[in-house]
Amino acid sequence: MAAHLKKRVYEEFTKVVQQQQEEIATKKLRLTKPSKSAALHIDLCKATSPADALQYLLQFARKPVEAESVEGVVRILLEHYYKENDPSVRLKIASLLGLLSKTAGFSPDCIMDDAINILQNEKSHQVLAQLLDTLLAIGTKLPDNQAIQMRLVDVACKHLTDTSHGVRNKCLQLLGNLGSLEKSVTKDAEGLAVRDVQKIIGDYFSDQDPRVRTAAIKAMLQLHERGLKLYQTIYTQACKLLSDDYEQVRSAAVQLIWVVSQLYPESIVPIPSSNEEIRLVDDAFGKICHMVSDSSWVVRVQASKLLGSMEQVSSHFLEQTLDKKLMSDLRRKRTAHERAKELYTSGEFSSGRKWGDDAPKEEVDTGAVNLIESGACGAFVHGLEDEMYEVRIAAVEALCMLAQSSPSFAEKCLDFLVDMFNDEIEEVRLQSIHTMRKISNNITLREDQLDTVLAVLEDSSRDIREALHELLCCTNVSTKEGIHLALVELLKNLTKYPTDRDSIWKCLKFLGSRHPTLVLPLVPELLSTHPFFDTAEPDMDDPAYIAVLVLIFNAAKTCPTMPALFSDHTFRHYAYLRDSLSHLVPALRLPGRKLVSSALSPNIMPHEDPSHQFLQQSLERVYSLQHLDPQGTQELLEFTIRDLQRLGELQSELAGVADFSATYLRCQLLLIKALQEKLWNVAAPLYLKQSDLASAAAKQIMEETYKMEFMYSGVENKQVVIIHHMRLQAKALQLIVTARTARGVDPLFGMCEKFLQEVDFFQRCFIADLPHLQDSFVDKLLDLMPRLMTSKPAEVVKILHTMLRQSTFLHLPLPEQIHKASATIIEPAGESDNPLRFTSGLVVALDVDATLEHVQDPQSTVKVQVSYPDGQAQMIHPKPADFRNPGPGRHRLITQVYLSHTAWTEPCQVEVRLLLAYNSSSRIPKSPWIEGGEMSSQVETSIEGTIPFSKSVKVYIMPKPARR
Amino acid sequence: MPEIRVTPLGAGQDVGRSCILVSIAGKNVMLDCGMHMGFSDDRRFPDFSYITRSGRLTDFLDCVIISHFHLDHCGALPYFSEMVGYDGPIYMTQPTQAICPILLEDYRKIAVDKKVVEITKHIHDNRALRYVELLPLSGTVQEPQSTSNAFTPPLTHWLLSPCILIPSACETPGTSPLMLVDDELEIKAYYAGHVLGAAMFQIKVGSESVVYTGDYNMTPDRHLGAAWIDKCRPNLLITESTYATTIRDSKRCRERDFLKKVHETVERGGKVLIPVFALGRAQELCILLETFWERMDLKAPIYFSTGLTEKANHYYKLFIPWTNQKIRKTFVQRNMFEFKHVKAFDRAFADSPGPMVVFATPGMLHAGQSLQIFRKWAGNEKNMVIMPGYCVQGTVGHKILSGQRKLEMEGRQVLEVKMQVEYMSFSAHADAKGIMQLVGQAEPENVLLVHGEAKKMEFLKQKIEQEFRVSCYMPANGETVTLPTSPSIPVGISLGLLKRELAQGLLPDSKKPRLLHGTLIMKDSNFRLVSSEQALKELGLAEHQLRFTCRVHLHDTRKEQETAVRVYSHLKSVLKDHCVQHLPDGSVTVESILIQAAAHSEDPGTKVLLVSWTYQDEELGSYLTSLLKKGLPQAS
Repeated sequence: MAAHLKKRVYEEFTKVVQQQQEEIATKKLRLTKPSKSAALHIDLCKATSPADALQYLLQFARKPVEAESVEGVVRILLEHYYKENDPSVRLKIASLLGLLSKTAGFSPDCIMDDAINILQNEKSHQVLAQLLDTLLAIGTKLPDNQAIQMRLVDVACKHLTDTSHGVRNKCLQLLGNLGSLEKSVTKDAEGLAVRDVQKIIGDYFSDQDPRVRTAAIKAMLQLHERGLKLYQTIYTQACKLLSDDYEQVRSAAVQLIWVVSQLYPESIVPIPSSNEEIRLVDDAFGKICHMVSDSSWVVRVQASKLLGSMEQVSSHFLEQTLDKKLMSDLRRKRTAHERAKELYTSGEFSSGRKWGDDAPKEEVDTGAVNLIESGACGAFVHGLEDEMYEVRIAAVEALCMLAQSSPSFAEKCLDFLVDMFNDEIEEVRLQSIHTMRKISNNITLREDQLDTVLAVLEDSSRDIREALHELLCCTNVSTKEGIHLALVELLKNLTKYPTDRDSIWKCLKFLGSRHPTLVLPLVPELLSTHPFFDTAEPDMDDPAYIAVLVLIFNAAKTCPTMPALFSDHTFRHYAYLRDSLSHLVPALRLPGRKLVSSALSPNIMPHEDPSHQFLQQSLERVYSLQHLDPQGTQELLEFTIRDLQRLGELQSELAGVADFSATYLRCQLLLIKALQEKLWNVAAPLYLKQSDLASAAAKQIMEETYKMEFMYSGVENKQVVIIHHMRLQAKALQLIVTARTARGVDPLFGMCEKFLQEVDFFQRCFIADLPHLQDSFVDKLLDLMPRLMTSKPAEVVKILHTMLRQSTFLHLPLPEQIHKASATIIEPAGESDNPLRFTSGLVVALDVDATLEHVQDPQSTVKVQVSYPDGQAQMIHPKPADFRNPGPGRHRLITQVYLSHTAWTEPCQVEVRLLLAYNSSSRIPKSPWIEGGEMSSQVETSIEGTIPFSKSVKVYIMPKPARR
Repeated sequence: MPEIRVTPLGAGQDVGRSCILVSIAGKNVMLDCGMHMGFSDDRRFPDFSYITRSGRLTDFLDCVIISHFHLDHCGALPYFSEMVGYDGPIYMTQPTQAICPILLEDYRKIAVDKKVVEITKHIHDNRALRYVELLPLSGTVQEPQSTSNAFTPPLTHWLLSPCILIPSACETPGTSPLMLVDDELEIKAYYAGHVLGAAMFQIKVGSESVVYTGDYNMTPDRHLGAAWIDKCRPNLLITESTYATTIRDSKRCRERDFLKKVHETVERGGKVLIPVFALGRAQELCILLETFWERMDLKAPIYFSTGLTEKANHYYKLFIPWTNQKIRKTFVQRNMFEFKHVKAFDRAFADSPGPMVVFATPGMLHAGQSLQIFRKWAGNEKNMVIMPGYCVQGTVGHKILSGQRKLEMEGRQVLEVKMQVEYMSFSAHADAKGIMQLVGQAEPENVLLVHGEAKKMEFLKQKIEQEFRVSCYMPANGETVTLPTSPSIPVGISLGLLKRELAQGLLPDSKKPRLLHGTLIMKDSNFRLVSSEQALKELGLAEHQLRFTCRVHLHDTRKEQETAVRVYSHLKSVLKDHCVQHLPDGSVTVESILIQAAAHSEDPGTKVLLVSWTYQDEELGSYLTSLLKKGLPQAS
């Protein structure tokens, strides 16, 4: 049996060797790269037909070229270009030139002359356009070289008169990207004529081809983006383009108008056909508003989006956007919103509607009614009822931004936002709820509005309900009836959807603490107390009752008179809830009880904080005491780890840092302990079993380093180096342990080679950080690298061993912000005694609901693991759509996990937990050339390992045998 | 002078029996063929005798186009084809073609069976209903006097055969397909919203075009999108103007109000009755309630009465491309018209306990199922009736809306109404702003208003003229509007000629005209502009040279050669940008113009200059002659 096991061990090792050979092979491949240009030359010479040549070029384009060989390749390509008659091949060469000139570390000024040269003799329009594109790539690569830029602009101007729209497009693009910014600089640049780029581009606003017009506007926008101040005269030109026949022109023109309006908001422009003048930003606002009813939805989206960022607009213009000036039969009519408001203020709310209630009032002067040129009139009313939901979303976003900057507008747009809660597309509803939340500090909800808002609580979509709860958390309610209404609706929501419990409690917590005075008069009713009679004590486990208590206790925090209204059992319930739901129930100053002072106030800066100082000091103590005798070091480490852990528990804001440092120290401790082992002093073959401790330590250190690297957000490169260094040490330890325990030399060869590769990899990745690692393990290792490469495994192991023992303890710099990733599974709760029954062989869907804290990129890293009692474990990848992002650093996973198994005789528990998948190679920077290639995508999706980061939850299931 | 003539036979300063005759470039087209809901005599149908007193109608009309299935737009079709005898092509969209017969059949049944005339049943719209006020107050109408006009049963089935479908143009509005009636006349359909299958039409002959909107809606609703048109710049835009003087409130308030009321009543355990017309708004409200039920997870049943609607719903399910974005995008997962919560109604359900919502016809509570249900439910204050449309005076609907609480029913019964009564207007026409928006999008040269009241049109006309600076017309029925047009004639130009001309100067400026030499060839009815060489080659003609020669007498005593030299130097100095050459044989050339000097045969002191040029150089030649006539400057 033992022999058999051993054999298996060897088998696994042989596998490792095979992998290694592969890696060596790839290494060899790299050596062949410089000869690429020669290969290309031979290929191109061999090509007999243009199709062949094209094939070779395409093949060539698939692989990257290194910076030093670019120039050679370019020369060969150019040489071939001159000889080539087929335009498609020339086109490909031109595009390759552009691609090559983008290579990092290559300065393309040497090929510019050639590029301009071939441009002059080129006849094909397509190739011309491609060449101009290449020039653009060159020009953007050399942003500082004024002379070259001038020359390129000159070339572009020359080709602007080309008959092909493609060439003109590219010329304009070139002008937009390279057109000089300051005129003064241009004079010394080789005496080239000073060109007014803006004027040249502006002339092409009236080109006959819409594509060129679009390109001209885009070029102008590009100029703006590069920091050139556009002339105000462009405004009138751009306004003309708003009535262009083509949507892409109009869409770009809207952007241009927006840009100009931001540049010259206060300029005065005349209103055509009248003597009045208005501010430019107002005029532009009116024009963009008009585009909200354009015939193309692309333009409508664009216009709606831009409206949101025009904050300097005068308020009466802004308010017009919500007013459509209703009329009926030429008589002025009030909107439903106005009527609702009036009803509310007159006090007869919710009277039934009467016939003719909306009958129009006063006559409208026919001359004064302006049906179309009324500027901003009703723009948002139109945008919000657009057919395309893209437009509606854009309009809601714009409303949000404008309302955030103008409280009076926020008040006005409230009715419209509330109406959007009834949109047919969920996304729009959700967006408008979020918008409302963002502007909620500017507004107070009227009762009738609150009513509409609360009606949405019955929505069957969980996202909508939760968004609404968050909205209610931060809304201001004006009356006590409003609070009562909200509470009633929330309780109704609770009975209908019991899963919303936590969210509702949280919502009530904030609702209570925001409106203590409004809650006060409601208390007797809510607690159903009676002045004379004792009422029955409510059930303490009823979520609805807890909800009411959460509201009241939070209100009581700032309202000292409230506890007087409580009955005895309320106090008892308070004590219970304060313990069980401490995050929802605040500490109250109750008569006859002393207030337990809460923890330190959170507004102390972390550096002034004594606990932070303590952390710093204890860490410094460890780092300074590295040369003490091993026994003392070990003890100190143990104490510090204990201190840090306790500190993390006490101070939640320091938990991340404390845990992080403690983990690092624990690794160090393990390493020291492993090296202290007695086995090192004994001849290898005798102490097989004892080596367990050392190899276990190595394994554990590896695990811990992975945790450090991937489980904490905010880890910077400095820390990653140290972590990798620690991992390298662990690997060395592992190698040594294996060397001592394993028999035979063959497996060792492979391991050594692999280890040396790791060292090489480390050096390549962190070459910049090596100076910081003075005197460390890796520093010494790299010094001895040439010797290690040539020596035998046994020797390597020996060297490693001594080095590990001599190596010093690296100081781990603490990052600014560090948080440990954590996850809590809310659902399933694991309390149920009723097994989930399903027929074996079929699947059952299990709803999983979890909150994730401080997880970066959860879509690709978070997995769900299900372990069955037979040891079988499944890893499930949740869909990206299952993750929601309710706040910074927080994520929510709501997904379904499918369980299946063969029939069991008894119900049994399966464990569900969340894993964090990682892949250490994802940190390696990639070259731009390969980007989007097939290889890289493979690397990214692969998972190297996983770290469990949530408590596992047990789910009781029972697969029944299928009935025949 | 080419012109476009438009004569409304119906719907001119009026709502109902839409029927407009258009003559454009020699083609006669009839737009819509509707009936008037307000009349039961001859005025019910348009006066087709206007088109021709004698002779077949088919010979006079090139085609008939139907914009949508409402009876005031297609109701006279059976009469028109069966009684008047038109058998030419009729164009309409596919949904219209499918749903139209159902409505006509329904109408025929009512007219023939002497039942209570519920002719207003299919009409969606308040304005059209105004005219029903002319009906006797009892709510019943006698059988029309001339039964000869009412068509007999089999006649409604004709509709399925002769009409030609216009391809669905709504899926991708940018690519409205064209439909060719004959070689010259083409029709293009645009999406119009309003009801399923409603379309606006562009009728185009050569470069002249007319756009007819039918009824349209510029704001989208729950099941239909908004009307859309491109910048087609027609010579004339004929638009409806039902809501010429109204700007409507946001539809969202209305929807929210409606849902809130229904929801509250249902939660209270009450029953909601919604009397509707069978088609159009009924589907809109169904979708509204259906999605709300879905969202709020409500359980109360929703019922829909009458078989007619089932048939119509079937078509709604089929014509998904004609609906709005949301329905189009989600129908793969679920067809919105396959209602989950809306079920067919049975008489017995009215008595069952618990909350429910019932859609029942007719819409004005004057007869039929809706009235029956109303009588059952009126006594309970928990219940509610919601009127989604206008009610004619004299109907139960009108009475309860005006606040009457005690109703006298047949048999001297008095019905006390305790249930709540609500009014809510859902209409699918463009309002004044929408009309202006459409005019702005299409950029027509002229606008013509139909399908509205004269007084309101007046206002809109004034606004259109003022804001777009185009002329606007509003003819009454039978009145003809004539618009002169100046059609442009397209001429093909050969690429060679164009390139040659381009090479001579810079790029043409799109704003400025430019002179071009070429030969115009008119062959069959197409025009081509080609270079003269090519024209000669094509026509098989030899080129003739036409030269002008002119003698100029100069007083010069010197020798001929010297004169020639003087002429040469003179011309050289004057014509700087032309090529002036002195040839060895003593003659001078300016471009292709030849000048030779010879001594006068009689007077040796006078030299004769022979100037010769081809007709192409006429301009330069005559300039040279006049220059030479002035004499040479005295040599210094």
